[in-house]
Amino acid sequence: MMTKERMDNIKETLKPKIVEKLLREDKVEFRGEDVVLKGEYFKKQVRIALKNCDIIDPTSIEEYIAFDGYYALHKALFEKKPVDIVEEIKSSLLRGRGGAGFPTGRKWDEAYKYPSDKKYFICNADEGDPGAFMDRSILEKDPHSVLEGMALGGYAIGSDQGYIYVRAEYPMAVKRLEIAIKQAREYGLLGDNIFGTGFNFDIELRLGSGAFVCGEGTALMESIEGRRGMPRPKLHRTAHKGLWGKPTIINNVETLANVPIIINKGYEWFRGIGTEESPGTKVFALVGKVENAGLVEVPMGMTLREIIFDIGGGAQDGKKYKAVQTGGPSGGCIPADLIDTPVDFESLGKIWSIMGSGGMVVMDENTCMVDIAKFFLDFSVEESCGKCVPCREGTKRMHEILDRITNGEGVEGDIERLEELSETVSSTSLCGLGQTAPNPVITTLKYYRHEYEAHIHNKSCPAKSCKPLIKYFIEDTCIGCTRCAKACPVGCISGNVKELHVIDQTKCIKCGACYDVCPVKPIKAVSII
Amino acid sequence: MEFKFDMEKNKDKVEAFREFLGEKKETKGPLMPALQQAQESFGYLPMEVLEIISKTLAIPMAEIYGVATFYSQFSFIPKGENKISVCLGTACYVKGAQSILEEIESQLGIKSGHTTPDQRFSIASARCIGDCSIAPVIIVNEDVYAKIKKSQVKEILNKYK
Repeated sequence: MMTKERMDNIKETLKPKIVEKLLREDKVEFRGEDVVLKGEYFKKQVRIALKNCDIIDPTSIEEYIAFDGYYALHKALFEKKPVDIVEEIKSSLLRGRGGAGFPTGRKWDEAYKYPSDKKYFICNADEGDPGAFMDRSILEKDPHSVLEGMALGGYAIGSDQGYIYVRAEYPMAVKRLEIAIKQAREYGLLGDNIFGTGFNFDIELRLGSGAFVCGEGTALMESIEGRRGMPRPKLHRTAHKGLWGKPTIINNVETLANVPIIINKGYEWFRGIGTEESPGTKVFALVGKVENAGLVEVPMGMTLREIIFDIGGGAQDGKKYKAVQTGGPSGGCIPADLIDTPVDFESLGKIWSIMGSGGMVVMDENTCMVDIAKFFLDFSVEESCGKCVPCREGTKRMHEILDRITNGEGVEGDIERLEELSETVSSTSLCGLGQTAPNPVITTLKYYRHEYEAHIHNKSCPAKSCKPLIKYFIEDTCIGCTRCAKACPVGCISGNVKELHVIDQTKCIKCGACYDVCPVKPIKAVSII
Repeated sequence: MEFKFDMEKNKDKVEAFREFLGEKKETKGPLMPALQQAQESFGYLPMEVLEIISKTLAIPMAEIYGVATFYSQFSFIPKGENKISVCLGTACYVKGAQSILEEIESQLGIKSGHTTPDQRFSIASARCIGDCSIAPVIIVNEDVYAKIKKSQVKEILNKYK
């Protein structure tokens, strides 16, 4: 059985060794008493959910214990009643990191107060937003923080059975979780009679099978129960009637990773970070056309500019920064002139985007906004479960219109039709997937309407990205090096050495190979019009 | 594509699968784990195996079929020996993943979601696999290829031919 003495012992002997090794490798430095990753990229970051990532060995429960792991669980079981834990989380104002930002403590309170012979605690690890991999990193690099968060939640609401629903696309995360669960059982930190207190809590892994909608709470439960992952009408709160009709709490991975440290350090400490309404930090996956791609964890309220430019280094290859997309297929595109917006649940909502799970995809001048809207709609069409009509049919019709526009076949009235459909789909769909599916269209129409108009009226793509609307041309500055002619896969470029080359427009497939190889500087002789 | 499930050749696998089902039968909500195990063991969901699931777990075939068709990871046709997935997540997409997919399709002469007639290769487009910082990404079997360019496709495929 695990005891406080044993944990102290592990901590005292193991932690100095780990820290010494990391210091020797020049990977970490001290910030106050905390050991943090070293380097320019990490300077502005405040890591809470990611605090152990790349510092401890995720396959070793002892290394997790050495960095204060399972101390919160010990403290809770020995010093606090379940209601104290609920109150602590409530006072911390921790909000769901999966995207919607619902206060975690209030959710727990509902389940805590609802009497039942059985309650379930689910960790939603079905991270499906394209461009987001925060949860994956936590699961792979610090799985015990999630297990401890779940055990604390289970104690708080009175549940003895947890499930982690992980998407099948994350095989490494599954492997690491299996190891972590096994170790936690061996050390008596999961299973029966934890710390000898009589508290029982065990966790079972359940895998997704490639359905994005299963990230929606009720669809996720349907899937665990062995059915098609289709959302349920919200007649009851999940906290009252959830999995197999029993009170159920579903929390996101990152939310749970925040729980142990809040119990350890207290809610006042947590409230001291971030903004008043959104305390704490948020992890973002900064990706796309940005110089330094990767995970960043920053206090809530930091501006987009600080995240994208100070940490991310701005747009890649010296291109012009155009927009950032947050919130995945449920979110919106934020244009460059709103770059000083602070990032928290309220501020992003005000500019028609959402925090979402934390994907931040940076776009430069060559990204066509109509095409991006089409990309997300394509995703929603594919992933719509088909249960309710507005989502199933509406997203499809919207996609058809966008497809037409990007093919240069847009007609008068298309924009208005898109607006009308957006309104219907978002206000009448059954679940969050449908309700938010039009967001990428709504925001791009709001901020980049001129791009839609250019596609429809002038049959041109301002970002020069939509193939049917662009043409490759060779200018007079051509030096006749023949590289483009050699690179052309369909052989439609003709011309003699050291003479001007010409593209046969009737054969050109607009692959861009000629543009890529053209060596003329500073402006390429191949131009796109 | 013509194919038939060889019960005799897969005898051991079927036996092991029956054992797995026996264990799972007692847990709550056993259908998804059962289908996942079948997909993993046999590479697809053979009708014969689905019938075993139906009988053991006492779930009608119609319901199993409904569940199996809902999730994109389940397949009713065998996948190729070499499974290629092209990530079409946002980060990969803005970095040109679509043209990488088209290049693979034209090299192998099949469309995404299909298997070559000799069952050597199958292509699938994947939802974001979370490797966005090294986009665009393709995965062949378990090998991850980062920051792929169109010109590298042929060379990569040759490794598996």
